[in-house]
Parts: sequence; C-alpha cells; structure tokens
Amino acid sequence: MSSDAMAIHQGTDVDSRPWVETLHGWVTTVDHKRLGILYILYALLFLAVAGSEAMIIRIQLMYPHNSFVSPQVFNRIFTMHGTTMVFFVGIPVLFGLANYLVPLMIGARDMAFPRLNAFSFWLTALGGFLLYFSFLGGSGLYGAGSAPDVGWWAYAPLTSRAFSPGHSSDYWTISLLVAGFGSIGTAINIIATILCMRCPGMKLSRMPLLAWLNLVVSGMVLIAITPLSAAQIMLCVDRYLGGHFFDTQAGGSATLWMHFFWIFGHPEVYILIIPAFAVLSEVIPVFSRKPMFGYPVMVGATITIGFISMSVWAHHMFSMGMSSYGNAFFVLTTMAIAVPTGIKIFNWLGTMWGGRIILKTPMLFCIGFLFNFLIAGLTGIMLGSAAFNWQLTGSYFVVAHFHYTLSGSFLFGIFAAFYYWYPKITGRMLSERLGKLHFWLFLIGFHLCFDLMHIPGFLGMARRIYTYEPGRGWDTLNLLVSIGAFIQGIATLIFVANLIISYFKGAKAGNDPWDAWTLEWSVSSPPPAYNFAVIPTVASRRPLWDLKHPEDPDSRYE
Amino acid sequence: MSAISTPLTETPATWNLPYKGKVGMASLIIAESAIFTIFVVAYLYYTGKSLTGPTPREVLETPIFFTVCLLSSSLTIHLASKLLERGKRGAFLALWFLTIVLGALFMYGTAREWHRLIYEHGLTISTNLFGTTYYSLVGLHATHVTVGLLMLTIVLLFGVAGRVGREQSARIDVLSMYWHFVDAVWVVVFTVVYVLGR
Amino acid sequence: MHRTTQKTDWGVVVGRAAGILVLLVGVLLAAGMCTASPRSDNPVPNIFDPRSTPAESIRDHSYFVLAITGLIFLVVVTLLVYVVVKFRDKPLTAGREPAQVYGSTQIELAWTIIPVLIVFVLFLATARVIHGIEDARKPATAVEVTAIGHQFWWEYRYPALGVVTANELHVPVSDPAHPTPTFLKLLSADTDHSFWVPQLAGKTDLIPNRVNHTWIDPHQTGVYLGQCAQYCGTQHGKMLLRVSVDSPEKFAAWVQAQKQPANHDDKASAGRRVFETTACINCHAVGGTNGTGRFGPDLTHLMSRDTIAAGAALNTHENLRLWIQDPDAIKPGSLMPAMKLSDADLDALVRYLETLR
Repeated sequence: MSSDAMAIHQGTDVDSRPWVETLHGWVTTVDHKRLGILYILYALLFLAVAGSEAMIIRIQLMYPHNSFVSPQVFNRIFTMHGTTMVFFVGIPVLFGLANYLVPLMIGARDMAFPRLNAFSFWLTALGGFLLYFSFLGGSGLYGAGSAPDVGWWAYAPLTSRAFSPGHSSDYWTISLLVAGFGSIGTAINIIATILCMRCPGMKLSRMPLLAWLNLVVSGMVLIAITPLSAAQIMLCVDRYLGGHFFDTQAGGSATLWMHFFWIFGHPEVYILIIPAFAVLSEVIPVFSRKPMFGYPVMVGATITIGFISMSVWAHHMFSMGMSSYGNAFFVLTTMAIAVPTGIKIFNWLGTMWGGRIILKTPMLFCIGFLFNFLIAGLTGIMLGSAAFNWQLTGSYFVVAHFHYTLSGSFLFGIFAAFYYWYPKITGRMLSERLGKLHFWLFLIGFHLCFDLMHIPGFLGMARRIYTYEPGRGWDTLNLLVSIGAFIQGIATLIFVANLIISYFKGAKAGNDPWDAWTLEWSVSSPPPAYNFAVIPTVASRRPLWDLKHPEDPDSRYE
Repeated sequence: MSAISTPLTETPATWNLPYKGKVGMASLIIAESAIFTIFVVAYLYYTGKSLTGPTPREVLETPIFFTVCLLSSSLTIHLASKLLERGKRGAFLALWFLTIVLGALFMYGTAREWHRLIYEHGLTISTNLFGTTYYSLVGLHATHVTVGLLMLTIVLLFGVAGRVGREQSARIDVLSMYWHFVDAVWVVVFTVVYVLGR
Repeated sequence: MHRTTQKTDWGVVVGRAAGILVLLVGVLLAAGMCTASPRSDNPVPNIFDPRSTPAESIRDHSYFVLAITGLIFLVVVTLLVYVVVKFRDKPLTAGREPAQVYGSTQIELAWTIIPVLIVFVLFLATARVIHGIEDARKPATAVEVTAIGHQFWWEYRYPALGVVTANELHVPVSDPAHPTPTFLKLLSADTDHSFWVPQLAGKTDLIPNRVNHTWIDPHQTGVYLGQCAQYCGTQHGKMLLRVSVDSPEKFAAWVQAQKQPANHDDKASAGRRVFETTACINCHAVGGTNGTGRFGPDLTHLMSRDTIAAGAALNTHENLRLWIQDPDAIKPGSLMPAMKLSDADLDALVRYLETLR
C-alpha cells in the first residue's frame, strides 16, 4: 500500500501505526507490488553477500600462493558465490521486476494467483536462508560439512557420500530444490496472468515487450528448472536411500548428471538474460523517443531463443569426450542461437538510430549493456567453437565470458531497471549525479577486472583454483583483476547509498517522469493498491503515446 | 491521472480470455512432464547397465488389471465432470467416488508389487541401477497419484457436505486435468518399464 | 524532459574509448605474452604458443574465429558509437519527437541473413578441426599411455613398455617426418579431472567409469606445464601437470631406468624397514618391497622426478621430509596423511626414499 493512498483513504497518520503492524502487513502480503519489492530487496541482500564472497575470492587470488583463506574455505566461497548469484540474486530480481511490472503493464489489478505468488516468494526466501544456514549447521567430522564446496554445478561423483561427507552437499541440493519449486510457482503465475488477465484491447501483439519476454522466460522456467529438480531428487536418492543414479562404482554415470545439469543450466542463463533484454526493450525506446524497432521480430527472436536454448546444453561439456559428431551437433546449435540473440543488438541500435537519445543513467546502463553484451556474445562464439573451447573452457577465459554476460550485461540491465522504475515504485527520483558516478565507476572497474581476466585464461590458468604458481605470466594480471573487482564493489555501495538517500531526499517523481508510453506510467507513483481505478482499454502498443499524440496515434499504424 | 481510457478505433465487443485455472494447471502439467521426462531418460539410459542383481525380465510382472483400473478412472472422472456441469450432483458424487476407488486400487496394486519385489526378489532402491531407476520412476508417479487421491477425497468430502455444485464445475475441470495427466504419465511409465525396458 | 549537458555527451564517447583502451592494453599485454619463446621450457603455458599438432590446429582455427569476431566487434562498436554521438539529444531538437519508425523488413532480413551465413561458415570450419583432432588414427609408432586421475595426483602407466610412474609424464619428441605421437587413454579412480597442457593439446576430461582419449605429438623437446582443469575437490588447485618431452635417446634411457627394479641400497635398510612396517605400504608401491598400494603414487623411481605432490613442491630433501611429516604444510587437504613418525624414523625413511632413483 502506498503511504499516500493509505493517508487519503483512511485518514490516519501512517507513522503512528505500530511497526509490528507494518511488518505484519508486509509478511502476509499477497499484493504483487509488495511481493515484487520483497523479491528485489531479497536479491539486493544476497547481492551484497555474494559480492563479499567475490571480494574474498579476489583477495585470495591477488598474489600467487596467498594464504588469505584456506583451500577448504576458498572452495566453499566460490561455490556459494556462484550458487547465490544465480539462484538468490538473479532469479529473485527478475521475478521481482516481473511481479511488480507485469500486472501494471497489462492493465490488471494483481497476478492471477496472489496467494501462490506469496507462497512462491517465501519458498525462494526459505531456500536462500537454508543454503546459508549450512555455514552453521553443516559441520560434522573435522568440519566436513559446513557450506557446500562442490562448485555451483555440483558435479557427480564429487557430491556422493564418498567424496562429500557431512551435509554440505545436502544443503545445496535441498535449498535449491525448495527455491526451484518457488520459481515454478511464479512462472505459472506469470503465464496465467499474461494469458488470462490482460485489459480489454490488449491483444498479445499489443503487449509491452517486457510482458512478452517474461512470458517466454516463464515458459522456459517450467521446462528448464524442472530437470535440475529431477536431478536433485535423484541425488537425494543416491545420498540417502543408497541409490546409484550417479554412483560410478555401481555402473552409474557421472556424465548423466552433467547432461541433466546443463539441460537446466543453459536455458537458465537465457532465463537470466532475457529479462535484461526486456528492460532494454522498455528503456531504449523511451530514451531514444522512438518505438521499438521491429517489435514482431523481437518477440519472434525471443521465442526462437527459448526453443533453441533447450538444444545447446552440451557446449558446456565439449571436453568430456563426446564423439566428434556429438560435438559438431552442439557447435551447430550453439552457433545458431547466436543469430536471434545477436540481431536483438541490431534492433536496439535501430531503435536508437534517428532518435533523440537522452543520456540519463538508465540509458547509460543500456549503452553499457550493448557494448558488454556484444563482447560477451563474441567470446561466447569462441567458446561455442568446440575446438577452441578445448583450450578455453575450465579456464579463466570462460570465467571472464560468463561474468561479461552476468556482471556486464545482466547486472547493467538490472541497474537500468532500477534507475528507470525506482521513481514509479517509490515516488522519488534517484540522484542523477550519484547514478552517473555509479555508472562510470562500475564500468571502469568492470572492464579492468573482466577484460584482463581473459588473458590468464589463455595463458593456462584453470578455474576454481585457490592459488596458482608464480612465473606463469598470471601474477600481475590477477592483481589488476582484483583491483577492478574492488572498484566494482565500491560502485555498488554508491548505488545502494543512492537507493537509500533518494528514498528520503529524492525529487518527487510524479506519475510519468520519463514521458513514457506504457500503462504503468498512467497511475500514481507509487501506484495505489488496486493499480487502476478503472481497468483501461487500449488500442495500440503505446497507449500513453496515443493519449499524448491524438493527432498521430500508434493505433493508426498497427 | 490514475485511470486511462483511450478513444478507440475498434471497441472489442467481447474480450474473452482463457480461464486462469486451466492455464495454471496446464503450466503445472508442462513442468511436471519435464520432471518425469528426466526420470524416464535416466531409466532408459540405464536399461541393461546394472552390474548385478535381478533384471527386469526376471522379476517384473505386467500389472494389466491395475493399469485398467487407473485408466478407467480417467473415464469416470471425465463423466463425473460432465455430470456436474449439468448440475447432476448425485451422479457426479457417485462417479467421483468411483474414480477414487479405482485410483486407490491402483495404489494397492503398486504396494503389492513392491512388497513382492522387495521380499521375494530382494530388489530394493539400492540393489542395482534397475532398482534405483525403477523405484524412483514408479515411486514418483505413485506420489503424484497419492496427491491426486488426496485432492479428490477433499472434493468428495465437500461434495458430501453439499458444497459442490454447477458453480464449481470449472474448478473440478481443472482438478480432472491433473488426474488425466497422472494417467497419461502412467501410460508412458508402463510402456517404458514393462514393455520397452524388458 | 530537459536535455543533458555537453560534458556528459562526450563523457559517453570518452567512456567508450576508455573501455576500448583497456581492452587494447589487455590485448597488447597478451601479445607480449604470445611471442613464441626460443627456449623450449617456457614456463608460460600459452595456448597461442603451441608445440604439438592438436594445439597448433586449435591455434590456427582460433585465429580464424578471432578474425571473424574481431570484424563483427569493429562493425557493431562503430555503429554504436556513431549512433550515440550522432543522435544524442541536442538543444536544437529538444522537446521534438523524432520520426516514429516501427521497423523495416529489408533491413531486418539483411541483418539476419548475414549472421546466418557467418554462423554456417564457422560451424563448418569448426567441424573440420574437431574431426581432425578427435578422429585422428593412432599410428603403429605411437607411444601408449594410460593416465588415471586421482584426488590429487596423476598416475601414468605405459602398458607396452611396462612402466608405472606418477605426476611427471615423459614422452618422446615427434618428428613430423617420422611421427611418434603419444596417445593417452584417460581414466579416473575417483571424481572428474581434466588433462590440460595448453601447449600440447586442448583439455580432455578424466571421468570415472568412462574411457576418454587424447593425443599429442610435441615437435620440440622441453618441459611443458599444465594443471587439472576440472574441479575435483579440495586440492584441485595444486594438481599440476608436468610433461617432459625428451629426445628419442633420452626417452629410451628414461624408459630403461623406469623399468629397473627398485634400487636396493644396504645403507638405507633402516629406512626401508620403516617404509615396509608402517602404513606407507597401504597406499604406495615400491618395486621389490611388500609395498603394493595403488592409492598413492608409485615411489619406485621417486628421485627421477623434479617435483613431489603433483608439482606442489620441488623434490628436495627438506620438502620430502616436510611432506611426510606434515603434508598440510605443502598441500592442505590432500589425501596424504601426516605419518606421525619419530624424527629418527623420518630421517631414515627420507634417506631411503632418496635412494629410489
């Protein structure tokens, strides 16, 4: 509930409500906006945690033979860093944005299943806390146990009882299983909401691209997260019921886990990046003052990505000894997916072309995204070429590549989303000055860290190593990479400071600070609990453009 | 402004979108199908790869009768659903109850088969690859049948209390979608385990 | 919406330039590393400095891929910079909405078809290199090695030559005119590992319950470095690889020396007794003794190796002593237990081990 709305409707002074009541309201909420905010705050909390873990990793790797942390601790830290970032930062933030924005953008009052929405959030939240409880509760014999230390892929048979005594691997398995069910719940909700609750006139071809892309993502979640859940159930059977799914001593197959994991793992990375595409597809048009160039192709390309992404998984397994035909097949599908992904960059450039580009912070992050994602995609092509992959995978080259897609692209998209929609969510503008400082500092830190990180990769530095030998040409590079990481950390702190300061001191935003065109900008900032007093009827993809430009409405051209 | 109403070039005379219960259940079914697919893949991959122990051919007996029970329950639930749409509460309850009985019979059959496999043939989930994959796949299905039976029983209780009528038929339809899914999965599991896997 | 200041506009361009500059600096640094060293025991395991056919095919192929991706990068970045600079909000156009263009089928078709063609070419080029490496036929002159990955060391067996050793692989140099490549069969005793010596070949995993293969034909003698490239547990980071490419004569001499029975020096009999009567024999084998354990490296010719603990330390008297006394000081989390021997026993044992040449 927005404080303004409450004051107006109940005539009470909000500040005098006991904080317990406010807390209770938040904990029991089924309002999609509040749940969206809860998801996002949750993700920010774990971003700080996983970011600190990254700092620990980089401090340890600043010098060869450093002893900042023991190998046992290092292995837990990199496992937790990866697991947390993917499952408890990436997924919550994308569901948080979807939760908040989709009903508003399609002219609905809430999601299709509000209680399922709340249940799914709390499942995800429980998963994260369970994973971190492993630091306390997982200890056993000689500290065997504690947080999982098997890498975020948890390859078999390293996760079997024989090689992972104690409960650390169980924390990994069960926390992700629980969070996975939460994700499936939210995906079901998003699909039902989009298909069943659009306002009159909003045909699927008139939906904002953010809604379309979240529809595709939700479909992917249904068929990509579930293979991981299945594999995790199998792992539990192995570890607790004496099963042999991945027990190589009993004829089981280590590669079967790899296949199941990556059948999840590859679509997962598209599940993470497509919402960033969605943000770009909303922000770039508004800040270029033009409609999205090629809306139908953007939708079609995304659906194509969704399908092809289910067929590329073994490009994560090029070194495990598949036949040349198997390898070649996955090279083909991996190269193929580069096409619909790559042409999106052209569509965004096409949107900016001939426009009037407003270089405010949301747009700066979008431009940064375009540059970074281009490079990420190109190093992805290098990795997709199986033979080249045999030298690049398992090394810091691939670590640099996926941080380019995650820190450089996904995170840039999320930052853009924050700067763009924070006014709508809170009613205040974020500081443009702090925003630009955040942007430049983060950009410099990012490039220092991850550009250079490619080099130790092709000089033979393997990944997931707690230390390295001096004199192999890796020493200075690692030091500079670590400095870049610290700079990103500082920039992120500036971002968090901006969020907090602007909440209290930011300029009032009004309904539509960016002069935008989708339905969420037609309601107050923050929106009232019921979203729309009257459910709108729309006639085009940009209903507010039609209102603001009655002489030249979009509806004439569609 | 807090409300938008755009001047339209065409007014949608009717704006009919699908029922969200059906879309939600269809989505759940898609997700569950993916889980079952992975278990089926594991089962097929490990066919013939056990290093020891009883093989499917040695110990499996095709459960024809109980399969017929389960598949017939799809028919009865379908009929029940149609009857409720026409407001025939009594007949609905009777057929609904029959569905539950048939489903329970299937579970009994599974329990009997497992008892035989464990105590007469010494096949457990930890015996060999066949044991692991068999009990996991059939067990996963049986768990879904159990959850289904639970839901059906809850509806039965509400029905007996007189609270299930024509107005609830959309929701009953959604539940019967789930039950049909469970049956369809059994067709696949049956084919993989008792036909192909031998 | 008010327009942004001139300073910020150029800020974007400068920022872009800065990013590209950092990239260029990196590339230059890399180029500095990439020059092939005349010395054959270059300690930098650089994938762009290959010495063996599989690594060379990959390097050549990578140049092709880098050329294409480099070209795409230049084209798109130029477009991006141009668009941002040319179409940025200026005082003259402030407040006026530009022409609302929804798309263009011809343009979209063009920028779809060209990538499809590029992708197809890349696929074909890659398929050829894959086939050339993976499906290479093993000549009769090949040296056959079975490499077994352990947590956290490498076991090497030469079945045809009757040699068993650990951690340091010796192979003959291969003359392109009369090739004598080494074909490795890759197995694992426990978890997943990966054999990666960048200058010799791409990496191939060692997976339990699976047989993988790789091959190398080094053209230049020297010592080549690498390390395990698949996370295998606590000491994955120090499961190092060391491949010694020897001239044919040196290789033959090495094989001969490895085939000899263990050196039996009476002066070290006290140490030998320590070895044979403690738990050492559960894990380690020394020919001619009652030590036949296979959990740890074969020690019969321990002193023929430059390093111990899979490359974690040099094979010196102090390190050897420290390794037996307190392995965690060198490689914490390795599976070698601290043997808790008395100083006298420990010294005798080390003296004995040092006779195992």
